[in-house]
Formats: sequence, structure tokens, C-alpha cells
Amino acid sequence: MNIHEYQAKKLLAQFGAPVSKGEPVLALADIDKAIAALPGPVYVVKSQIHAGGRGKGKFKELGQDAKGGVRVSFSADEAKANAEEMFGKTLVTQQTGPAGKQVNRLYIEDGADIETELYLSILVDRETSQVSFVASTEGGMDIEAVAHDTPEKIHTIGIDALTGITADDVAKLNTAFELTGDAAKDGETLFPILYNAFVESDMSLLEINPLVTLKDGHLKVLDAKVSFDGNAMFRHPEIAELRDETEEDEKEIEASRHDLAYIALDGDIGCMVNGAGLAMATMDIIKLYGAEPANFLDVGGGATTEKVTAAFKIITSDPNVKGILVNIFGGIMRCDVIAEGVVQAIKEVGLEVPLVVRLEGTKVKEGKDIINNSGLNVIAADDLDDAAQKIVKAVKG
Amino acid sequence: MAILVGEQTRVLCQGITGRQGSFHVQRAIDKGTRVVAGVVPGKGGHTHLGVPVFDSVAEAVAATQANASMVFVPPPAAADAIVESIQANMAVITCVTERIPMIDMVRVKRALRHSQTKLIGPNSIGVFTPGECRMGVMPLDIATPGCIGLMSRAGTLSYEAIAQTTAQGLGQSTCVGIGADIIRGIDFVDCLKLFADDDKTRGVVMLGEVGGGAEEEAAQYLKENPYPKPVVAYIAGQFAPPGRRMGHAGAIVMPGSGTARAKINRLMSAGVHIADSPMTIGSTMAEVLI
Repeated sequence: MNIHEYQAKKLLAQFGAPVSKGEPVLALADIDKAIAALPGPVYVVKSQIHAGGRGKGKFKELGQDAKGGVRVSFSADEAKANAEEMFGKTLVTQQTGPAGKQVNRLYIEDGADIETELYLSILVDRETSQVSFVASTEGGMDIEAVAHDTPEKIHTIGIDALTGITADDVAKLNTAFELTGDAAKDGETLFPILYNAFVESDMSLLEINPLVTLKDGHLKVLDAKVSFDGNAMFRHPEIAELRDETEEDEKEIEASRHDLAYIALDGDIGCMVNGAGLAMATMDIIKLYGAEPANFLDVGGGATTEKVTAAFKIITSDPNVKGILVNIFGGIMRCDVIAEGVVQAIKEVGLEVPLVVRLEGTKVKEGKDIINNSGLNVIAADDLDDAAQKIVKAVKG
Repeated sequence: MAILVGEQTRVLCQGITGRQGSFHVQRAIDKGTRVVAGVVPGKGGHTHLGVPVFDSVAEAVAATQANASMVFVPPPAAADAIVESIQANMAVITCVTERIPMIDMVRVKRALRHSQTKLIGPNSIGVFTPGECRMGVMPLDIATPGCIGLMSRAGTLSYEAIAQTTAQGLGQSTCVGIGADIIRGIDFVDCLKLFADDDKTRGVVMLGEVGGGAEEEAAQYLKENPYPKPVVAYIAGQFAPPGRRMGHAGAIVMPGSGTARAKINRLMSAGVHIADSPMTIGSTMAEVLI
């Protein structure tokens, strides 16, 4: 789960991290109040969307010459003009794709006197299974490009889960960032704060790009991108509330409400499968027979009739879907439950496209009987190969 | 004996009185698995499904000499349950639980360091030596004792491969679901090493998917170490769009790595036979074994 920069900074500030004073703007009418609450004379107006590359991004509705999604403003009037121009527009960045994202929230921040820009992130390193800091003196840049061009400038420091972050780890970080004096002293406080924030809030990624040293020699968190481990949100209800659903695909939100894993794709064959691996395999085989899947949908191991009905509705609500393939290998999941869900869903929403159902495993006979006795126009398949060929043929003719 | 578990395995189940625990323990017992104990804090002294229940793993081990634990504990308490079994020196632990917080698994992995325990999972279908011992949730009736070692990140896709190798008359030595999470216990390379030394195993099926680096690591291992048995692999997710998590926590293509194509190429260059379709896993293995 991702949150906005202003939310991330508020959270980090609660742990004691130094961030600039700032005010979120959730409606046009908030702009004056936000600017008045800041000392000036320099203001930074920042688009709040769940995508990087905002500074270099372009607004669709404005000309190519217009400024990007992060604007430094040197007076209250300029800040206001920028905020009003940006609010509600569609920002296209390297990470949003060509459709861009509508800017429904802004963050107006006090300007900072920057001396140097650093890169810091914390993540769980898959190879070592440790929480690790990634540190680089090359802040404010695309870190993947830095890693590619100058890998020696990226330092990874793993933290032992038993001890937590130690003085030795902090010293390594200060060395990696080439920090001295006040900044190094700030680091001794800041790095443990960030580690604790990461672990205690169950983050999956904390990226500060840039972390800056100021002209006065101190450290400041200038940008913050935070993602949380969705599996741990049960113990952080206050963080779960920060979710901004306008940032997500409507069908995907509906799916997550029913505890379904769904991803919209560009093809025309809707898929409903139990198990993520088998779902991917099902899509592979559709491709093998020359068609394209419209979605990835895993109904999971413990699906109920209601869940299957919800899944079916989500698939049929996609106007691109010209045929549906249901592929179930029952283990924990029973085929009769799936069959009942499919029949129930068709009764509720109708069926205007060909439907191929392949059932195998636990309670397969009962499941097939339910489908066959439903009187619905369903094409039965013997195995996955057969099912894929039948649905591709039904859609392509 | 196949690998990891067999007739000699004495299984205890953490969370035996839960719905899932009860269901799968009963089925395992019905098919001959030696389930010797259950562990549920606060329910020690009871008997469930004819199995004595204890308050802690240590007590259960002292009383029953259990040497393997299957964990059927919900996400909030699952990591602590695994750590308890690691501290009790279980030889094998399987964890079916899905959605364990990642930071909890970091703690589990720390506890595994310097231990002899082999953790299978989490988010795993478990381990199954047909005819001898099943820990986890694999369906029993599609498997048959035989010569194929199977290792998989997926669940139901494994059933597909098990059914195919059964249909080909090959059967399975041991099936291992290494789990679909990013941070997990044993990996493909660990399984390859075990299968290499196992007399019963004549060939190995690997079911991989997009994301992570387990398939690449396996390819590297096979390249550097002459492997005594044929390996057939199927990699799911050839269409997967980058940056999207394909259901499984670990199934995400990150910029520059983890694509199915890259994994397939690496495996092919290491001499692995690739099944292009999920429906040709069994037949591909049958062909290379002739």
C-alpha cells in the first residue's frame, strides 16, 4: 500500500525525523490557508500522486513549456498561482504511463537551503532476508541509472534483526554519505529513527530522495516515498486509513474488497482461476493459442460462492471481455463451490459472451453436475489445453 | 527415503484444533502420515483427532519425539510459532500460512541462521512424499509413489504437474512447495541438492514464476555443478506486466530482472529442459527420461 509524500513526512516527523514545515491542499479553497500557515518567502508546491518523476513531469492540459509537477515559488502570490494552475490537472511522468494521473492533492512546503543531495532507502533485501539501508551520495537522481552507471557509488548496509541498528551501522552510513560535523551527528539520531519507523510501521519501502544537507550543516528529509506491507496492516489501522483509493483502478479496489487478486490487462479473454501460479499459467496458454488475456484473477484458496460471484461480476464489467475462461484445480477449494458461484453470478448479471469452464480436483463431479444441470450455455472442457483452445476458438471464431 | 520427509517423520501440528489444521491433519492421518502431537497454547492435556495436544512445542517433543512441525497458525502468530519450532530443533517445518508480515519473516530467517532446521514456506502447500508422509495441504489422490522430484513456488499449478507426472506413469518421489512469498525458507537450490543425492528421484520438475531470483540461482548452480538427473522447468507469467504483483507476494517483475523470458534463457543455458506450456510438463519429463 502506498501513501502520499505529505502523509509519509507526517509519519516520519512523528518518529522524530527532521522534515520541512508543510501544508497539504485537498481542495482549491485550501490554498490560501496553506500558504498563510507557512513562513515563506520560498514555497515549494508539490503534486501529490503515487508516482515518481514529478519534477520532470508535464501536465497534459498545459503546454510543453509549462513547468513540471514540483514548483519552487519565490513569493506567496507565485505559490498561489502555481497551486491553482496545478490543482486538478493530469500529470504525466516517467512512472505514470501516457494516461497520467490527476493531481487531486498538493503539498506546499517551506523552501530549504540545500548544500548537497543524498539518496537513502530502506527495504527488505531478498537475498540476505535482512532490513537494509541503501545509501548513495548521488541524491536527487534516478537511482536505477546510478546503480547501472556507477555501481560503486551505491552502498548497501544490512541490519541484524537481533540487535537492531548499531553504532557501527550508523558509522558505516555516515561514511557512505561522506557526512562530517553536525550532519554526521544528525545522522546518529536520524538513521535509527528511520530504521525504527520502517520496522515499527511495517514499511516495505522507505525512500528518501533526496536526503539533504543544508547550508547550516544539518540533515533534512526533503522527499519521502513510503510503501507499506499490506499483510501487516491488521496491526496498523491508523495507517490503513491513509489509503487513497482515487489512485487505484476501480475494478482492482472492488476485487481487493472481496479479497481477490485482480489485475486488469489489455486482452479480450477474461480469466478466473484458483491460485496465482495456475492463473499465470492459464494466461500463458491463452497466449500460446494466439489470444490475449483481459485480466489476471486469482480467487484464492478459500473462495466462497459470494466471492466467486463478485469475481465473475468484475470480469464481466470489463467491456473488452469477449469470452471467459474459468479454470479451477480444486485442492482446498471445492469445485462445487466454484460451480455454484458461477451459476449464481450468471443468474444475477447475465452472460453475453462465451464461457468455458474447466473443473478438476476436489468435488469435481458435483461441480460438473451443477454446471450441466443449470441449463446455462456453458462450454465444458476436459483439461487446461482443451479449455484454452475452446475459448480462443469461441472468441476468434 | 525420498527427501525431507518419509515414513520415519514424526509430525506435530501447531494449530491442530483450527478448522484448517483439523481438516488436513485428519486427511494426513487417513493416508498414513505419523502425526504424533498437536500444539495449541492453553489446550495442553486434551486429545484432538486421537492426537495428544500440548501447550508448547518443547513439551510435545519431550513427550512424543516429534521431529517435524506443520504450522497452521493465522498470520499474526505464525512467525512466533515457526520460531518456537526452530528453537525446539525440528528437522523440518512447513508453513501454509499466507500473508505473514515481511518483517516477521526477517525475524524468522534470523532464527534459522546457525540452526539445522529446514523451513518450507511460508505460503506453501507443504511437502509430500506419496505413500509415506504429507505435511501441508497437497491433495492426496492425484499423487502416486514414483521417481519425479517436484519443487514449486506455486500451489494449484503444482497439482497440475503432479497429476501429469502421475498420468505419465512416473509418479513422485517428493513434492516440495517452497512457497510464494519473497522471504522464505528453503529454495530451489536447496531442493536440487537434496534431489541429487536421493536414490528414488530420477528427474526433477521445477515450477517457477516471474519475480525474485530463485530460478536464476538454480540455473547458476546447475551451470557450476554437473547435475546427475534431468531437470524440466516451466516458468509461469510470460505475459506479466512489469511492476505489478501477480497475486503472489514474490511474483513481481522489477525493472531489469525477474522476467519469465530471462529466467527461461538462463535455465536453458544451464541445460534445463523447458516445457513451453503448463500442459506439457509431464510429457516433457517422460520424453527426456526415455
